[in-house]
Amino acid sequence: MIENKVRELDYLDQLESESIHIMREVAGQFERPALLFSGGKDSIVLVHLALKAFRPGKFPFPLVHIDTGHNFQEALDYRDNLVAQIDEKLVVRKVEDTIKAKNLTEPKGKFASRNALQTYTLLDTIEEFKFDACIGGARRDEEKARAKERIFSVRDEFGQWNPKLQRPELWNIYNGRIDKGENVRVFPISNWTELDIWNYIKRENIALPAIYFAHDREVLAHEGQLVATSAFIQLDSNDVVAVKKVRYRTVGDMTCTAAVESNASTIDDIINEIIATKTSERGETRIDDKVSEAAMEDRKKNGYF
Amino acid sequence: MDILRFITAGSVDDGKSTLIGRLLYDSKSIMIDHLEAIEKQTKNREDGEIDLALLTDGLRAEREQGITIDVAYKYFATPKRKFIIADAPGHIQYTRNMVTGASNSELIIILVDARHGVIEQTRRHSIIASLLNIPHVVVAVNKMDLVDYSQEVYHSIVGSYAELAAQLGLREVTYIPISALNGDNIVDPSQLLPWYKGHTLLHFLENVSIANDINLSKSRFPVQYVIRPQTEDLHDYRGYAGKIVSGIYQVGDEITVLPSGLTTTISAIELGGKPVQNAFAPQSVIIHLADDVDVSRGDMLVKSSEKPQVEQTLEVHLCWMDAKPLSVGNKYLFQINSTRVRSVIKSVEYKLNVNTLDKEFSPEKVGLNDIVRATIKTAQPIAFDSYQTLRVNGGGILIDETSNVTVGACMIQAVEN
Repeated sequence: MIENKVRELDYLDQLESESIHIMREVAGQFERPALLFSGGKDSIVLVHLALKAFRPGKFPFPLVHIDTGHNFQEALDYRDNLVAQIDEKLVVRKVEDTIKAKNLTEPKGKFASRNALQTYTLLDTIEEFKFDACIGGARRDEEKARAKERIFSVRDEFGQWNPKLQRPELWNIYNGRIDKGENVRVFPISNWTELDIWNYIKRENIALPAIYFAHDREVLAHEGQLVATSAFIQLDSNDVVAVKKVRYRTVGDMTCTAAVESNASTIDDIINEIIATKTSERGETRIDDKVSEAAMEDRKKNGYF
Repeated sequence: MDILRFITAGSVDDGKSTLIGRLLYDSKSIMIDHLEAIEKQTKNREDGEIDLALLTDGLRAEREQGITIDVAYKYFATPKRKFIIADAPGHIQYTRNMVTGASNSELIIILVDARHGVIEQTRRHSIIASLLNIPHVVVAVNKMDLVDYSQEVYHSIVGSYAELAAQLGLREVTYIPISALNGDNIVDPSQLLPWYKGHTLLHFLENVSIANDINLSKSRFPVQYVIRPQTEDLHDYRGYAGKIVSGIYQVGDEITVLPSGLTTTISAIELGGKPVQNAFAPQSVIIHLADDVDVSRGDMLVKSSEKPQVEQTLEVHLCWMDAKPLSVGNKYLFQINSTRVRSVIKSVEYKLNVNTLDKEFSPEKVGLNDIVRATIKTAQPIAFDSYQTLRVNGGGILIDETSNVTVGACMIQAVEN
């Protein structure tokens, strides 16, 4: 009995081991995988897990960043530093280029977001490199369509997710067999919650882009959300702009990610804030999910991450 | 703090979604924006009560039809434990989804409607719990409010379930009277059930001992990937990456590589990039071997003193998961852990009636959701344990090579030699 006590794994160790196992299944089952890297905390944790899964070897995949051109500079700087530090390959493909090449229409409006256009660039990039598996940092606690997605999620040649035709996923056995032209989206941190991510970042002492911590920023209050002023959003004459102490709970585009007022300047502060919060991560900070009840489900069906 | 993965079995009518909603709500795991979204949807309802069931229905079709189709995973945590709920539909046409959700669960909550007692569906869910070898069973007798919190009704249900449990060989069964709708005995003890001396559901979930569910005496290490940096300073580095699914490994252990049978010893173990003397399930590690033996993905490293069976003929309980019926003689890929080999279904002995346990011998057709006893022949020998003794090395899937779809779940049965 005492023997068993000593050999119990902490929940973070269990989650970590499960995620490493999933990444190694990708390495074992696919010929041309990729890791989708956004510069956000979830994809940063993915890179950390990949280091644990494959070092001292190299990653069996490049990092791929789909750059909307609306990123936070801090996230881009972080990305470049990280890649230099771990000495792995980075592929960047820009939504801007897709818009030009395909003559796409830029979205209009106050917070014109290129979020939806990202899907085009992503699918083109998958085709360009013939990626057969794309590792992503989505978690099931984020959103209820994601709660039903498999860890190995098969997409057809148009990148589409079909929620009604998902493969049963049993035990820790992953079926990554696909036909030519199809690809699998793989979500190694499916079973982690936002709080798990932060506790892990703390435990592993993982560095993050500065925007996750409280800082002064000029923001616009819009329908209860705080949006950073930038060249990418339109200001109207009656908009109230003020400098506030904020931090970001999620890091997406400047146009579709809202900041939260916060004094949290350390990881411990952030963890306390999340424990106390009453609003979900996406609900508080994502402008793009508010469109409809099934916004995420619809985007995933169209090939979104 | 550890993790408990559990599945809830029952249908909307039994209050399954309400129960999950209640667990999340009362443990303060529901965020305001999610609640607001539900309130918006319930606005048109006559009673004006928030429908907690809507929390778990993720897909548009599910919300429209008011049913759960697919397995949804829900998360909540208390200071004692992190919980992962597999929310699976209860109707017979979704048996495969329940089997899927059950495969990773250490505990099952079987919901019984206090007004109806043990019914066909209860039997079916219990049979699946037994086939999938879920270690812990909680029978939640729900809707106690609708039977006036009657002790007599509760005891009669416990009595009839105990008979079923004995018949199925369910080892560890716990009974709790609840009302998911009113929150009786979910998180807080109910004043209306003074005769019940046991714990609340959440208290039980927080405290049930699961450490012993991990087997530490049968060492099983499926190799997933070989790490060979081939750089100048790591020229001879060759590490076998994988997850210890069961058992303990120590530097110096004598190892047998399966299925080849070659032997060597462990020269080093790495955990998260650091050398360690020993490692145990369910850690993901890199193992180094003393000799240059042939090892690749799909092989299994076991301690020579703790060998599993190695066979090419497998007797299985098979849950069929595809709309195309099973055909005896067809070839499928068989995958267990990281091993994937060609296989053929040699014969189907009987079909199991999942409502009654009756056996239909030599069934004419095996279709979606059917569970059968079958014999499978694999192209290469498989290192396995019987599912009843070691779930993590006794469960495998069948893949249709032409559609790539997972069409079957196999629980390998012990065969007396």
